[in-house]
Amino acid sequence: MRSNLRRLAQRARVRAERRLPALTRLRQPEPLPIELGRRRIYIVPTAFGLGFGVLLLVMLVGALNYANNAALLLTCMLGAATAASMLLAFRTLDGLSLRGIRAGHAVAGEPLELVLDFAAQRPRESVRLDCAGESLAFAVQGTTELRLRLATTRRGWLALPRFKLWSTWPLGLFRAWSWLHPQQSVLVWPRPEAAGPPPVLPGDARECLRPQAGEELAALRDYRRGDAPRHIAWKASARHHDLLVKDFDRPEPRETWRLEWDALRTLDREARIARLARWLGDAEAQGRRYSLQLPNERIDIGSGPAHYARCMSALAVLP
Amino acid sequence: MTKSAATPLDPRSFDLVAFGLAAVLALHAPHLPWWLGVTLASILGLRWWQRRRQRARTPAWLKLPLLAALLLSIVSWYGNLFGQAPGAALAVGLLVLKLLETETARDARVGMSFACFTLMAALLFDQSLTATTTVALGLLPPLAALRSLEPGRRAPPALWRELLPGLGLLAAALPLALLAFLLLPRLNSPLWGAPNTGEQRTGLSDRMTPAGFTQLLVDDSPALRVSFDGPPPPPDLRYFRAYVMGHYDGSSWTYRDAANQPPVPVEAAQTIRYHVSLEPTRQRVLPTLDVPLAAPPGASLRRDREVIADKPVDSLRDYTLESATRYRLEPQLGRHRARWLQLPAGFDPRTLALGRSWRARYGSDDAAIVQAALALFRDGGFRYTLAPAPLGRDAMDDFLFDTREGFCEHYSSAFTVLMRAAGIPARVVTGYQGGYWNALGGYLLVRNSDAHAWSEVWLAGRGWVRVDPTAAVRPQRISQGAAAAVPGQLPWYQSGWLQSMRNRWDIVNRWWNLGVNGFDALRQRGLLKPFGIRDADPSTLALLLAVACVLAMAAGLAWVWRRREPEDPARIALRQLERKLARQGVARQAGEGPRDYLQRAARMLPAQHDRLTELMHRYLELRYAHPEPTSESLRALQRAVRDFPVVRMVK
Repeated sequence: MRSNLRRLAQRARVRAERRLPALTRLRQPEPLPIELGRRRIYIVPTAFGLGFGVLLLVMLVGALNYANNAALLLTCMLGAATAASMLLAFRTLDGLSLRGIRAGHAVAGEPLELVLDFAAQRPRESVRLDCAGESLAFAVQGTTELRLRLATTRRGWLALPRFKLWSTWPLGLFRAWSWLHPQQSVLVWPRPEAAGPPPVLPGDARECLRPQAGEELAALRDYRRGDAPRHIAWKASARHHDLLVKDFDRPEPRETWRLEWDALRTLDREARIARLARWLGDAEAQGRRYSLQLPNERIDIGSGPAHYARCMSALAVLP
Repeated sequence: MTKSAATPLDPRSFDLVAFGLAAVLALHAPHLPWWLGVTLASILGLRWWQRRRQRARTPAWLKLPLLAALLLSIVSWYGNLFGQAPGAALAVGLLVLKLLETETARDARVGMSFACFTLMAALLFDQSLTATTTVALGLLPPLAALRSLEPGRRAPPALWRELLPGLGLLAAALPLALLAFLLLPRLNSPLWGAPNTGEQRTGLSDRMTPAGFTQLLVDDSPALRVSFDGPPPPPDLRYFRAYVMGHYDGSSWTYRDAANQPPVPVEAAQTIRYHVSLEPTRQRVLPTLDVPLAAPPGASLRRDREVIADKPVDSLRDYTLESATRYRLEPQLGRHRARWLQLPAGFDPRTLALGRSWRARYGSDDAAIVQAALALFRDGGFRYTLAPAPLGRDAMDDFLFDTREGFCEHYSSAFTVLMRAAGIPARVVTGYQGGYWNALGGYLLVRNSDAHAWSEVWLAGRGWVRVDPTAAVRPQRISQGAAAAVPGQLPWYQSGWLQSMRNRWDIVNRWWNLGVNGFDALRQRGLLKPFGIRDADPSTLALLLAVACVLAMAAGLAWVWRRREPEDPARIALRQLERKLARQGVARQAGEGPRDYLQRAARMLPAQHDRLTELMHRYLELRYAHPEPTSESLRALQRAVRDFPVVRMVK
């Protein structure tokens, strides 16, 4: 019964929105910043608000019936306060603006963290955001960052969905709401395959092999404070007026991976992308230097998070 | 929505809900039977404590029997579930039991809206300014509780600060509320039963039994307020007649209306006009100063010149009357003489004997008999007390010859019996005597504690003459009121400075009564007359109300839609300069930029050329040279503009 009624109300609301946004330009995505104004904030009483209205009516009839002016005055006051609470619900959203959206990185199938920057001149309380089944409540004072997790399914550019911004502040009697549809897309990285062979490297990669850390004695040098005693070359030191220390090669990255799109001819497109994504991840995890050759782009050797993000993004936007 | 409705209440919200219910309970406590109040308060406290300790639900096996017990106890106490008092008790009880199952936001919302309803019901019992204000303040915890249910608030403040926003909301709602209050069409007749008429209420009764007044004499609430055209009568003439009681059955005097008889004639030598506003009494009698000349609308004048309203006074009632203060009432008694000499057979033999002995001693001198009776009260060792010893079957004998203590009821009753025994027509009159003259408000405040009983005797040639035998025992009772008569016997709140504070405070109550409680359909019509609306029928009022609501909402929307953009101080300063220049005849033209304008002004006002040029440079620099001007340079511009002299041009 209750859920039926709710579904009915939902349908009525959706239909009303379909008619009304002719005024409000809500269907199209908009560029940031989006500032909420009166032309795009809707208000309807909540179910509780309707019930409260009926109660007010009962109180009104009772006070009139008993010619009880004190009760009548207070009923009028409560009614007027209800009307004022509608204006306050409107004011909670009015002037609120979405300044910017920052997206984190996520691979397809995992939630993507979005940071929404809201700003308002007046402090707001109890603003709520609904987005794809997720609901958040927050207060805005000056500027507020709102962290939101957006579900993703596939790699590539993902257009942001419509967010519903709503509030029933202050008494829960009226619901004011507005839609935010930012014209912004976020990039979802491809999902790496779970397991597979290591990269087969082209022949010229071999020459980049370098000595591993600690394998080969390079030289002797003067002792410096902090050197481990076991590194002291006692024999050599005996012939010298100072302590000498065995100097080892600095740890070097292991072999450089040159990852190439064309080397994976046997796989289909998405599988190639998934494998390259896994290799990129492995290389980053092992601290290797790597480059990526794609059909339309070549990313030179490098390492580090920025390099990794650049490579993954290049994979994500492959047609 | 669904999610939030089912979320469990956080402790703060639960505290506020419990606080709201406690406020409702406290407001209703005076009209609830004490045991119910105590039980509900302990249920409330226990539940609050339980929920604080652990988040356990109250089991159903506890809730249902409690509900049944509530219903049973109310039915057994009041006799039924409906009506004002049992209904209020039921509402309060249900509300407190609702707390037992308050776990989610939805429960709290239902509970709090019902709490608002129950709060209003408290006004059925008392509509005074204090009661109304208290109820309005009682709305704050429910409003705060509703606010606290909203998720995503900033850190919740201290408990008492939670109440403040509700106060602001009510204050902001006041203008619209007043408009609605003024314009709401009133009902001509109730849709369903008016408040219980059978309810016990202290007030004058149409039956006077010794000891029946004591309740009244300690009841300090206002009974009526009287304003006079002209100066008020002196204290010893402030007698307000209510009932004329002629029939005595040995224990009680009763008022018996002689039906369908015209009022007895009165020859008035001096009259006074006055206006009474009577607090609700649930009775039909309207007290009048001395002998009224005519009845106000909606009431009729009975044979002995009591004024009886057509229906019980359930709400504040105003009436204007003209009364005779020096008069000859019923100069000829005629065939009614026997009625005023009636005495029950077989009662009070010693009293009757005393009366007869006076007749034998003074012969036909009725006035001497009256004096003899008053002398007896004055010199016979009588004592005035509000707590007299109980009287037996021959009440008047016991009082006159044994106990010799009592108050106005005893004295007037004994005096009247004595007069009748002596063959003088006599009767008891009840009403009010005295009152507090509120000089600031220009009205006489008569309290229920001013209730009084006295006698009237019929003397040949003079008609009915008022005799107050209590005055013979305790003259202060008449000159200074009931409180002065029995020092030390009254409750603390009736004594001394507190009483005078209360008397002053009453002026506010009177305004409240006149302005709010007495605002009825008639007054409503009068209010609109100056605006040219002659007959304010309900449809006109409804239309006006709709217009007013739309206007109020428009005002609200204007407030809501207003965006306060921070104004640029440099621009404000420039505007000020423009005004000064315009007074000298150089107004800025549309489409003229600041540089062009100020250059033109400098050309046209050569005396101020240098100043204007400097101001222009300052302004342009502030505006365009830096992204964010320093506050010193802004202040310098403001100062320069303020000091810029306006030179009157003589053209």
